[in-house]
Amino acid sequence: MRVKIFVSLKNGVLDPQGKAIERSLHTFGYNEVRDLRMGKFLELEVDAPSRESAEARIREMCDKLLANPVIEDYRFEISSD
Amino acid sequence: MRWGVITFPGSCDDHDVVDCLKSDLGQKVKVLWHKDELVGNFDCLVLPGGFSYGDYLRCGAMARFSPIMRGVVKFAQSGGLVLGVCNGFQILCESGLLPGALVRNSGLQFVCQPVHLRVEETDTPFTSSLKKGQLLRMPVKHGEGCYYADPKTLETLRKNRQVLLRYVDAKGKPTASANPNGSLENIAGICNQARNVFGLMPHPEDACSTLLGSDDGAKLFMSIATARSGRVSSHA
Repeated sequence: MRVKIFVSLKNGVLDPQGKAIERSLHTFGYNEVRDLRMGKFLELEVDAPSRESAEARIREMCDKLLANPVIEDYRFEISSD
Repeated sequence: MRWGVITFPGSCDDHDVVDCLKSDLGQKVKVLWHKDELVGNFDCLVLPGGFSYGDYLRCGAMARFSPIMRGVVKFAQSGGLVLGVCNGFQILCESGLLPGALVRNSGLQFVCQPVHLRVEETDTPFTSSLKKGQLLRMPVKHGEGCYYADPKTLETLRKNRQVLLRYVDAKGKPTASANPNGSLENIAGICNQARNVFGLMPHPEDACSTLLGSDDGAKLFMSIATARSGRVSSHA
């Protein structure tokens, strides 16, 4: 199964990179842009007997290593192809 | 007093700590490799600065799973002293031995400069030889040193007086311009509730001799040595 994991900074955690990117977009005239947050995207292949077991394992991986619960939230998508 | 300094792949200040402890302060030091189990008697373990595992994923995120860390956690839980400097502080936060996290500097730049620090609490082995309000001068050198914790954690830190060092100006005021990285409440170093684990972003090992511009870092190491002299905690 193919998994896409999105890790983002929690609300309230400063995101100076996001702010700098947003300012750059404004400089280029994209003034409609607001609240830009910079995150991480991970893509991986996983072997699992079922979608449920894959979900449980991915959640474990995120809690343990891929995201830091103090500063980050995560969500993921699983596709079976 | 027996010190252990842990080398992770990518540590680069481990030998500076060893040199400071041995040559400047005459301490007994053993260098420990991150892949080994923690064996031997130590009074204080130091997690040095550097870029363990290339800072991949998050600073300290991988080092936290190095085999030696199991022993470090046990050592800390049994009351052993653990000091994390810079990347060592990041590893201690990632491992849950200290609350909060260290994120990208608010100015986005890597900062490398001397800073003034104010000693906030002295009832810890790390600061017991220092005076409350005393100013120390040491360098910082990091890209991810902005201390963050949620409001509840900050409140706990305040209540338990766990903030041991703050960035201040030359007059001892914790101003915004004295804060090199945007850390909440100008926090430069914190300890755990049991007061035996201490993490700080500034580098005491780079301020261990007047030849380097300051020997205030040596004062911090000597505080630990003085607090622990004559006491050897065993760890199997």
